[in-house]
Amino acid sequence: MKWLLIATIVASTSVGEVLQAIGMRRYGEIRDFRPSALGCAAGTLARNSAVIGSVVAMAVSFFAYLGLLSLTDLSFAVPVTAATYVVETVLAKYVLKERVNWLRWAGAAVVLSGVALVSL
Amino acid sequence: MTSETARLRSKTWGCAAIVVLAQVFGNFFLKRGMPAELPSPLSYITVLFRPWVALGVSLLIVWLLSRMTLLSWADLSYVLPVTSLGYVLVAFAGRWLLDERITGTRWAGILLIVAGVALVGSGSTPQTWRGKSGGPS
Repeated sequence: MKWLLIATIVASTSVGEVLQAIGMRRYGEIRDFRPSALGCAAGTLARNSAVIGSVVAMAVSFFAYLGLLSLTDLSFAVPVTAATYVVETVLAKYVLKERVNWLRWAGAAVVLSGVALVSL
Repeated sequence: MTSETARLRSKTWGCAAIVVLAQVFGNFFLKRGMPAELPSPLSYITVLFRPWVALGVSLLIVWLLSRMTLLSWADLSYVLPVTSLGYVLVAFAGRWLLDERITGTRWAGILLIVAGVALVGSGSTPQTWRGKSGGPS
Protein backbone atom coordinates (compact mmCIF):
# COMPACT_ATOMS: atom_id res chain seq x y z
CA MET A 1 0.00 0.00 0.00
CA LYS A 2 2.84 2.38 0.91
CA TRP A 3 4.57 1.97 -2.45
CA LEU A 4 1.30 2.22 -4.38
CA LEU A 5 0.70 5.57 -2.70
CA ILE A 6 4.26 6.68 -3.54
CA ALA A 7 3.80 5.68 -7.22
CA THR A 8 0.51 7.63 -7.34
CA ILE A 9 2.17 10.69 -5.81
CA VAL A 10 5.14 10.58 -8.21
CA ALA A 11 2.98 10.18 -11.34
CA SER A 12 0.35 12.79 -10.46
CA THR A 13 2.88 15.31 -9.15
CA SER A 14 5.01 15.07 -12.30
CA VAL A 15 2.02 15.67 -14.55
CA GLY A 16 0.74 18.47 -12.29
CA GLU A 17 4.09 20.29 -12.17
CA VAL A 18 4.50 20.32 -15.94
CA LEU A 19 0.91 21.49 -16.50
CA GLN A 20 1.46 24.22 -13.90
CA ALA A 21 4.58 25.44 -15.67
CA ILE A 22 2.78 25.43 -19.03
CA GLY A 23 -0.16 27.35 -17.58
CA MET A 24 1.98 29.99 -15.87
CA ARG A 25 4.08 30.55 -19.00
CA ARG A 26 0.93 30.95 -21.03
CA TYR A 27 -0.04 33.68 -18.54
CA GLY A 28 3.36 35.38 -18.32
CA GLU A 29 5.51 36.92 -15.57
CA ILE A 30 3.64 38.30 -12.55
CA ARG A 31 4.99 41.81 -11.83
CA ASP A 32 2.14 43.45 -9.90
CA PHE A 33 1.77 42.08 -6.34
CA ARG A 34 -1.08 44.34 -5.15
CA PRO A 35 -4.02 42.27 -3.80
CA SER A 36 -6.39 43.50 -6.53
CA ALA A 37 -3.91 42.59 -9.26
CA LEU A 38 -3.27 39.17 -7.69
CA GLY A 39 -7.03 38.59 -7.48
CA CYS A 40 -7.36 39.50 -11.14
CA ALA A 41 -4.50 37.12 -11.99
CA ALA A 42 -6.18 34.32 -9.97
CA GLY A 43 -9.44 34.90 -11.87
CA THR A 44 -7.67 34.63 -15.21
CA LEU A 45 -5.67 31.57 -14.15
CA ALA A 46 -8.86 29.82 -12.94
CA ARG A 47 -9.95 29.71 -16.61
CA ASN A 48 -6.57 28.42 -17.83
CA SER A 49 -7.02 24.76 -18.90
CA ALA A 50 -3.43 23.81 -18.09
CA VAL A 51 -3.73 25.31 -14.59
CA ILE A 52 -7.06 23.50 -14.04
CA GLY A 53 -5.48 20.19 -15.11
CA SER A 54 -2.57 20.90 -12.80
CA VAL A 55 -4.89 21.49 -9.82
CA VAL A 56 -6.72 18.19 -10.47
CA ALA A 57 -3.43 16.26 -10.67
CA MET A 58 -2.16 17.99 -7.51
CA ALA A 59 -5.40 17.10 -5.69
CA VAL A 60 -4.88 13.40 -6.51
CA SER A 61 -1.29 13.72 -5.31
CA PHE A 62 -2.40 15.49 -2.11
CA PHE A 63 -4.87 12.82 -1.01
CA ALA A 64 -2.37 10.05 -1.77
CA TYR A 65 0.15 12.04 0.30
CA LEU A 66 -2.30 12.25 3.23
CA GLY A 67 -2.55 8.45 3.13
CA LEU A 68 1.24 8.08 3.04
CA LEU A 69 1.70 10.56 5.89
CA SER A 70 -0.66 8.57 8.11
CA LEU A 71 1.47 5.43 7.50
CA THR A 72 5.06 6.74 7.72
CA ASP A 73 7.39 9.29 9.36
CA LEU A 74 7.46 12.86 8.04
CA SER A 75 11.21 12.51 7.40
CA PHE A 76 10.45 9.54 5.13
CA ALA A 77 7.26 10.70 3.43
CA VAL A 78 8.59 14.05 2.20
CA PRO A 79 12.00 12.96 0.81
CA VAL A 80 10.67 9.83 -0.89
CA THR A 81 8.32 11.91 -3.03
CA ALA A 82 11.39 13.56 -4.57
CA ALA A 83 11.53 10.55 -6.89
CA THR A 84 9.63 12.97 -9.12
CA TYR A 85 12.90 14.83 -9.80
CA VAL A 86 14.11 12.53 -12.55
CA VAL A 87 10.75 12.46 -14.33
CA GLU A 88 10.24 16.21 -14.02
CA THR A 89 13.73 17.20 -15.19
CA VAL A 90 13.32 15.01 -18.27
CA LEU A 91 9.87 16.51 -18.91
CA ALA A 92 11.30 20.03 -18.45
CA LYS A 93 13.85 19.27 -21.14
CA TYR A 94 11.64 17.47 -23.66
CA VAL A 95 8.12 18.79 -23.03
CA LEU A 96 8.78 22.36 -21.85
CA LYS A 97 11.84 22.67 -24.14
CA GLU A 98 13.87 24.31 -21.37
CA ARG A 99 17.63 24.67 -21.69
CA VAL A 100 18.88 22.29 -19.00
CA ASN A 101 22.67 22.71 -18.81
CA TRP A 102 25.07 20.18 -17.32
CA LEU A 103 25.28 22.05 -13.99
CA ARG A 104 21.54 21.68 -13.52
CA TRP A 105 21.61 18.01 -14.52
CA ALA A 106 24.50 17.40 -12.12
CA GLY A 107 22.81 19.39 -9.34
CA ALA A 108 19.53 17.57 -9.78
CA ALA A 109 21.36 14.22 -9.79
CA VAL A 110 23.24 15.07 -6.57
CA VAL A 111 20.04 16.32 -4.94
CA LEU A 112 18.28 13.13 -5.97
CA SER A 113 21.12 10.96 -4.58
CA GLY A 114 20.86 12.83 -1.29
CA VAL A 115 17.12 12.45 -1.19
CA ALA A 116 17.48 8.70 -1.83
CA LEU A 117 19.89 8.41 1.12
CA VAL A 118 17.56 10.43 3.33
CA SER A 119 14.72 8.06 2.59
CA LEU A 120 16.71 4.84 3.38
CA MET B 1 24.97 43.26 -12.64
CA THR B 2 22.21 45.41 -14.16
CA SER B 3 19.35 46.69 -12.03
CA GLU B 4 16.96 44.39 -13.91
CA THR B 5 19.12 41.35 -13.13
CA ALA B 6 19.42 42.42 -9.47
CA ARG B 7 15.64 42.91 -9.26
CA LEU B 8 15.01 39.49 -10.76
CA ARG B 9 17.56 37.80 -8.51
CA SER B 10 16.19 39.30 -5.26
CA LYS B 11 12.59 38.61 -6.32
CA THR B 12 13.50 35.01 -7.13
CA TRP B 13 15.26 34.32 -3.83
CA GLY B 14 12.54 36.05 -1.77
CA CYS B 15 9.83 34.03 -3.46
CA ALA B 16 11.87 30.81 -3.15
CA ALA B 17 12.23 31.44 0.62
CA ILE B 18 8.44 31.72 0.99
CA VAL B 19 8.00 28.52 -1.05
CA VAL B 20 10.45 26.58 1.15
CA LEU B 21 9.14 27.83 4.53
CA ALA B 22 5.50 27.21 3.57
CA GLN B 23 6.42 23.69 2.44
CA VAL B 24 8.30 22.83 5.64
CA PHE B 25 5.76 24.15 8.14
CA GLY B 26 2.81 22.99 6.04
CA ASN B 27 4.10 19.42 6.10
CA PHE B 28 5.01 19.63 9.78
CA PHE B 29 1.53 20.74 10.87
CA LEU B 30 -0.06 18.18 8.55
CA LYS B 31 1.90 15.35 10.17
CA ARG B 32 1.26 16.74 13.67
CA GLY B 33 -2.50 16.55 13.17
CA MET B 34 -2.61 13.28 11.21
CA PRO B 35 -4.18 10.22 12.93
CA ALA B 36 -2.35 6.86 12.91
CA GLU B 37 -4.53 5.61 10.05
CA LEU B 38 -7.19 6.73 7.58
CA PRO B 39 -9.57 3.74 7.52
CA SER B 40 -12.17 4.90 4.98
CA PRO B 41 -12.40 7.26 1.99
CA LEU B 42 -14.59 9.56 4.10
CA SER B 43 -11.83 9.87 6.70
CA TYR B 44 -9.62 11.51 4.04
CA ILE B 45 -12.17 14.37 4.03
CA THR B 46 -13.00 14.57 7.74
CA VAL B 47 -9.32 14.71 8.67
CA LEU B 48 -9.09 18.05 6.86
CA PHE B 49 -11.20 19.64 9.63
CA ARG B 50 -8.71 18.83 12.39
CA PRO B 51 -7.07 22.14 13.45
CA TRP B 52 -3.43 21.16 12.86
CA VAL B 53 -4.27 19.54 9.53
CA ALA B 54 -6.28 22.61 8.47
CA LEU B 55 -3.31 24.84 9.36
CA GLY B 56 -0.99 22.54 7.40
CA VAL B 57 -3.29 22.60 4.39
CA SER B 58 -3.49 26.43 4.56
CA LEU B 59 0.31 26.67 4.49
CA LEU B 60 0.48 24.19 1.61
CA ILE B 61 -1.94 26.43 -0.31
CA VAL B 62 0.50 29.31 0.33
CA TRP B 63 3.24 26.98 -0.94
CA LEU B 64 1.28 26.20 -4.11
CA LEU B 65 0.46 29.85 -4.89
CA SER B 66 3.97 31.14 -4.18
CA ARG B 67 5.39 28.33 -6.30
CA MET B 68 3.07 29.17 -9.18
CA THR B 69 4.18 32.81 -8.88
CA LEU B 70 7.84 31.76 -8.98
CA LEU B 71 7.19 29.53 -12.00
CA SER B 72 5.74 32.49 -13.90
CA TRP B 73 9.29 33.71 -14.56
CA ALA B 74 11.73 30.96 -13.51
CA ASP B 75 12.39 27.61 -15.20
CA LEU B 76 10.87 24.46 -13.68
CA SER B 77 14.26 22.77 -13.90
CA TYR B 78 15.70 25.64 -11.82
CA VAL B 79 12.84 25.90 -9.31
CA LEU B 80 12.78 22.17 -8.50
CA PRO B 81 16.36 21.76 -7.21
CA VAL B 82 16.53 25.13 -5.43
CA THR B 83 13.33 24.58 -3.46
CA SER B 84 14.53 21.09 -2.56
CA LEU B 85 16.20 22.77 0.44
CA GLY B 86 12.77 22.16 1.97
CA TYR B 87 13.60 18.45 2.19
CA VAL B 88 16.51 19.23 4.50
CA LEU B 89 14.43 21.48 6.73
CA VAL B 90 11.64 18.89 6.85
CA ALA B 91 14.17 16.34 8.13
CA PHE B 92 15.17 18.81 10.88
CA ALA B 93 11.50 19.34 11.73
CA GLY B 94 11.00 15.58 11.93
CA ARG B 95 14.03 15.19 14.22
CA TRP B 96 13.59 18.14 16.55
CA LEU B 97 9.85 18.80 16.56
CA LEU B 98 8.42 15.30 16.07
CA ASP B 99 11.26 13.36 17.75
CA GLU B 100 11.77 11.07 14.74
CA ARG B 101 14.92 8.92 14.61
CA ILE B 102 17.32 10.04 11.86
CA THR B 103 20.21 7.72 10.97
CA GLY B 104 23.71 8.68 9.85
CA THR B 105 22.77 7.65 6.32
CA ARG B 106 19.90 10.09 6.35
CA TRP B 107 22.10 12.95 7.59
CA ALA B 108 24.60 12.10 4.81
CA GLY B 109 21.74 12.45 2.37
CA ILE B 110 20.95 15.86 3.80
CA LEU B 111 24.54 17.01 3.13
CA LEU B 112 24.27 15.73 -0.45
CA ILE B 113 21.09 17.73 -0.94
CA VAL B 114 22.78 20.91 0.30
CA ALA B 115 25.69 20.25 -2.10
CA GLY B 116 23.30 19.71 -4.99
CA VAL B 117 21.42 22.93 -4.26
CA ALA B 118 24.72 24.87 -4.14
CA LEU B 119 25.77 23.32 -7.45
CA VAL B 120 22.58 24.40 -9.17
CA GLY B 121 22.67 27.90 -7.69
CA SER B 122 26.32 28.66 -8.50
CA GLY B 123 26.82 30.70 -11.61
CA SER B 124 23.34 30.26 -13.04
CA THR B 125 20.86 33.06 -13.55
CA PRO B 126 17.27 32.57 -12.37
CA GLN B 127 15.66 33.03 -15.75
CA THR B 128 16.33 31.24 -19.00
CA TRP B 129 12.91 31.91 -20.44
CA ARG B 130 11.60 35.35 -21.27
CA GLY B 131 7.97 35.89 -22.08
CA LYS B 132 5.31 38.52 -21.92
CA SER B 133 4.22 40.17 -18.69
CA GLY B 134 1.20 38.77 -16.84
CA GLY B 135 -2.16 39.03 -18.54
CA PRO B 136 -4.92 36.95 -20.02
CA SER B 137 -3.78 34.29 -22.49
